[in-house]
Amino acid sequence: MPPSLTIADVERIAALAHLELTDEEKQVFTKQLADILAYAEQLQAIDTTAVAATAHVNAHEAERDDDLRPSLRVADALANAPDPAPDAGLFRVPRVIG
Amino acid sequence: MSGTVSGAREVRDAIAAGRVSAVEVCRHALDRIASVNPALNAFNLVDADRALARAAAIDAERAAGETLGPLAGVPVAIKDNLCVRGMRTTASSRILDTFVPPYDATVISLLEQAGAVIVGKTNCDEFAMGSSTENSAYGPVKNPWALDRAPGGSSGGSAAAVAASCVPLALGSDTGGSIRQPAAFCGVTGLKPTYGRVSRYGLLAFASSLDQIGPMTRSVGDAALALSVMARPDPMDSTCSREAVPDFLAALTGNAAGVRVGVPRAFVSDGVDDSVRGAFDAALDVLRNAGAVLVDIELPYAKYAIPVYYLVCTAEASSNLARYDGVKYGHRSPAPDAGIRAMYSKSRDEGFGPEVKRRIMLGTYVLSAGYYDAFYLKAQQVRTLLRQDYARAFESVDLVAMPTTPTPPFRLGEKTADPLQMYLADIFTVSVNLAGLPGISIPCGFVDQPRAGGADRLPIGLQLIGRMFDEATVLRVADVYERATNWGQQVPPL
Repeated sequence: MPPSLTIADVERIAALAHLELTDEEKQVFTKQLADILAYAEQLQAIDTTAVAATAHVNAHEAERDDDLRPSLRVADALANAPDPAPDAGLFRVPRVIG
Repeated sequence: MSGTVSGAREVRDAIAAGRVSAVEVCRHALDRIASVNPALNAFNLVDADRALARAAAIDAERAAGETLGPLAGVPVAIKDNLCVRGMRTTASSRILDTFVPPYDATVISLLEQAGAVIVGKTNCDEFAMGSSTENSAYGPVKNPWALDRAPGGSSGGSAAAVAASCVPLALGSDTGGSIRQPAAFCGVTGLKPTYGRVSRYGLLAFASSLDQIGPMTRSVGDAALALSVMARPDPMDSTCSREAVPDFLAALTGNAAGVRVGVPRAFVSDGVDDSVRGAFDAALDVLRNAGAVLVDIELPYAKYAIPVYYLVCTAEASSNLARYDGVKYGHRSPAPDAGIRAMYSKSRDEGFGPEVKRRIMLGTYVLSAGYYDAFYLKAQQVRTLLRQDYARAFESVDLVAMPTTPTPPFRLGEKTADPLQMYLADIFTVSVNLAGLPGISIPCGFVDQPRAGGADRLPIGLQLIGRMFDEATVLRVADVYERATNWGQQVPPL
């Protein structure tokens, strides 16, 4: 259990979440996230020994037959891309390595 | 149309009988939107040409003697986190400012097959994260009953559009109360169906174990009709149920005799405004007079619903919103090329608003190594205990009644500085999503709040919660209450 949240914690989480925060955002979030986590601490008092976790409340099997069906045309899939390469049928991105 | 409070069924019947054309109804709705939206900011987009063309097609169908659908010619507003093909869909986020969906959400296809005329997209909290619509990138929605107050959220635009008689039916989505709470704040009916009852294909995902789409209307009957249209199994959504779908309108028998309504007295005793408590107690008397049997129940873990909800929903949100990375759609930072990782994080920083960032951060934290067990797993375990609370209650009752919100509509700006205070406004709604149950909010009274030069008349909502897939009982008893009171026919002074 963290005694408190530090700016370094917030920077680590932001990196995990691919968020580039401003210094002001880091300051504000450090306090606000600490407040929310302190509030959530009340759950620690509940005895959950041998209590199963609920990840979802689906009452049925989620599988279906693996049938072929129409899907989006490539041009439609690329239509919203910030930097499409329509002739190649690809999304263009900045360099990945180096 | 004469009168401004026509419901969906009245509109449909008037068109079917030839008393008015679908185009006239559509023009009336568009005119009303044009007149009130500058004050309300309820719509992110209105597509008059598309709507009028659809309405003309309905009129042509009627002229040709074709059988009209159950929503033929009914103007409908769609929350802006639901995809409509060719219609800009933003989730009220800068990151999707220019996104035009290449496909329709399943609910959109179903509504249009039933003859509905989509007039536009409604403002909401960014990615449905909020309780006031103040988190919209396009500015807050104003409550039609008092323009300096929040309409609730996150489906605040849809609630305001119905309350202000722009449309008789709007769609919202409800992850922790985002249909029911704004319905309560705006004095309209809002139904969150059972988890899985309605396909979510085409809903921009926020928290996938909680999200559900539902109707917002002026009457319980219209909500029942809309649910009958929207509840269908869908191979495009693996969580969509294959349960039999009853005729929800036929379920409205007007009879609540012998229905056992559970009241969690301890849970609703703390932190509830006197005006809400008074309206709630009076509503219980109405139900009792209609033959319902009131039963005191205990929901001992309900008081933990807020921390459980905000750990679970943020964890799921941090995962769902990872898709907004500036590659396939949405905002990409124009900053100079510094590699793909810098592009991801700059685009997300520029595109997301503060509340979305806060939730992504919180969710990433509770899923991260060292904190997963203490926060996320713990929350999931308490979620189980909460579900068991409801399961026990439903052994002895048919419905659970609570206020929808602890207070009347709060002022815009009142809770924005302290996210935790905003979260606490959801105390009576989030547990319903955690347990996957159907819940409805219906208007149950008003409170007059003095202001300079007069008083604001602020709506209050009654929430009825049912067993999984038993929307029929929820709707039947809500309808009995509505017949006895008719608060929902009151219109704001716009």
